[in-house]
Amino acid sequence: MGKTTTIIKREFLSRVRKKSFLVMTILGPLLMAAIVIVPVVVAQLSDSDYEVAVLDNSDYFIQALEDRENVRFTPLATSVEHAIELMHDDRFDAVLHIPEAAFEAPSTLRLFSDKSVNLNAKLLIENLLKLEFESLKLAHAGIDEEVLRSIDTPINIQAIRIRDDGELITDYPEISMGLGFVSGLLIYIFIFLFGSQVLRGVLEEKTSRIVEIIVSSVRPFQLMIGKVTGVGLVGLTQFVIWVLLTFAIVGIFQVAMPDMFQFTPDERVFVSSSQVLNVEEMQQQREMIQQHDTMAGQLLEGLSAINFPVMIISFIFFFLGGYLLYAALFAAIGSAVDNEADTQQFMLPVTVPLLLSIIMAQMVISNPSGPVAMWLSMIPLTSPVIMMVRIPFGVTWVELIASGALLILGFLATTWLAARIYRTGILMYGKKVNYRELWKWIRHA
Amino acid sequence: MNTLLAAANITKTYTGHRALDSVSMEVPEQSIFGLLGPNGAGKTTLIRIINQIIGPDEGQILLDGEKLTPKHVRQIGYLPEERGLYKKMKVGEQAEYLTRLRGLSGHDARKLLKKWFERFDLTPWWNKKVEELSKGMQQKVQFIITVLHKPRLLIFDEPFTGFDPINVNILKEEILKLREEGATIIFSTHDMGSVEELCDHIALINKSQKILEGNVQEIKKQHTSRIYEVELNAIQKPLESMLDGRFRLIKSRTEDQGIRARIQILNDTPANDLLQALLSEARLAAFKELTPSMNDIFIKKVTGRFPAETNAGNSSPAIAERPQ
Repeated sequence: MGKTTTIIKREFLSRVRKKSFLVMTILGPLLMAAIVIVPVVVAQLSDSDYEVAVLDNSDYFIQALEDRENVRFTPLATSVEHAIELMHDDRFDAVLHIPEAAFEAPSTLRLFSDKSVNLNAKLLIENLLKLEFESLKLAHAGIDEEVLRSIDTPINIQAIRIRDDGELITDYPEISMGLGFVSGLLIYIFIFLFGSQVLRGVLEEKTSRIVEIIVSSVRPFQLMIGKVTGVGLVGLTQFVIWVLLTFAIVGIFQVAMPDMFQFTPDERVFVSSSQVLNVEEMQQQREMIQQHDTMAGQLLEGLSAINFPVMIISFIFFFLGGYLLYAALFAAIGSAVDNEADTQQFMLPVTVPLLLSIIMAQMVISNPSGPVAMWLSMIPLTSPVIMMVRIPFGVTWVELIASGALLILGFLATTWLAARIYRTGILMYGKKVNYRELWKWIRHA
Repeated sequence: MNTLLAAANITKTYTGHRALDSVSMEVPEQSIFGLLGPNGAGKTTLIRIINQIIGPDEGQILLDGEKLTPKHVRQIGYLPEERGLYKKMKVGEQAEYLTRLRGLSGHDARKLLKKWFERFDLTPWWNKKVEELSKGMQQKVQFIITVLHKPRLLIFDEPFTGFDPINVNILKEEILKLREEGATIIFSTHDMGSVEELCDHIALINKSQKILEGNVQEIKKQHTSRIYEVELNAIQKPLESMLDGRFRLIKSRTEDQGIRARIQILNDTPANDLLQALLSEARLAAFKELTPSMNDIFIKKVTGRFPAETNAGNSSPAIAERPQ
């Protein structure tokens, strides 16, 4: 076993010491953190003061259009043509024209802009005007607004899952969905990334002809297992560093700019509130919602419903199992061909189940306990991705253990198969290999 | 002499074709053993079987009387015909890695490597990547990796292809030195010149079968066809009339001073009879037996015809092809 360890060590160190590993290890978390941070930052920055000129010929609405953080309204008493000229002179970004008959015919409202209209501003204006229309119409119909507000009852059903042990936990399907899909996707990416590293590694040994020297010292199986294991450890290392660094980067941002990570409550709540609440009351409400709805708070509550030890152990298990299963096949492909271009014909059957599992993941998310989800999480070729998608929604121990056992059998089978192709393939040069040839190698090896 | 390596009835069949057909051979200890044969004869297959890279279908290999097992890897050094190194890996690290796979400890490997690198002027390249080395230097590194663990048996598959003439000579000297130090060397080659120069024993494989094996000198003796080259001056009468049925004139050429001819002595007629026949009618300037070169024997064994026996044969058997 000593020689296999030597091989694993080389495969691991030669990759970890590469510059590309360092770059990927740092860029990966930066990218992942950027996915979280950039939208937040962009949302804060991009809406820099959208100037809207308002020509209110009806005089009903002008007071309803209050300045917002990023949208400013300026009443103008001029012709539409003149306002548009002013807009062309960059005095305004857009011109809102409310014709006299707007109250009777809301479809006559127009928003002119010389650039593409800012969607947020348009939505805001629509919201503000809609509320004003409603309150005007209520007054017109003689309905007290207070009465209407008391009728308006927000419904928010609390989903409760009864766990096997009888404990009741609040369910957040959105969080299960997110977590399931992200971990499924990660497994998919990692299998591809490191599986193809195995393929290239085998191909490198074959084309550089060093393989004959090595297999005169160790058995081909040791070389193959050493490579698969070494690359797998690289993947695991990279994953662990990524997770730690991502949390660190997001954490630093959260501490440095806490305001940015407040969950932005729905604008409409405040709009409707602003009709009746004074500034102080509004502030109170805002704080209350913020406490409840900060990203961290929601995440915390949602995550408490997830069985984390199971989640983490399963992730590592299904990552390793899936990787080993596919890496063996990738190694076999690398050994069977002479150059990278020839790998294509054999890649297809290996990549199809992987692609299929990530495509089916979306379906599985909408029905995580259905028969499709159940079977795909049992078949070893798709189970690593699909099982990870399902676990946050809760799976029975029987399913988890069955899927795990099948995966182990699966990778033992592919390794056995791959080893037979590999030991013939690595010494075979200049021969165009097809599936029938591979089958011969498997049978006669 | 002890037999270090013995192959007994090795048969290996690939799908559709037989690579080796019941091949047996014995490699004496501390000898240089040439494994000869045309391309595709099965040499590389046999070498791979000796290296336990592939297994024979039938037959067995004995090293010092023991059946080969993975533990013997430590006692064998192998330089394959198609040889390569990891291009992106550092030279020293790579040499250490490959020798550790042979069974050396990291410490021993480094210590020995330092010595060998010094000897081949490779020390400054220790921390360079292999792709920065010239091809000749890479081959030196490969040679070092092959011999570093002081194997009892060394196997070189076509060692001289790809080496430049200077490195070929270095390699030959090293091979001779290794034998002096007690190693047994098997090498396969097409280069008959290097066989004459280096080999004590040979085995000739053709079309999956061994067709000749033995000591180089003895083989040469066995294959002598009793052809003599003579130079005659002051010839009294035509050469043909001097020779009776005991001799056969292969070819003759008139030169300034006389005639140069090749004559084969038939049956068991003593060479003296030819001398007498010639001396009576001419003045003898030169008389020598043409010993067949390994090249001739190789060609005769493979094609069934001795190049020296044909009139058309261009190659002068007396001057065996020298290595470049």
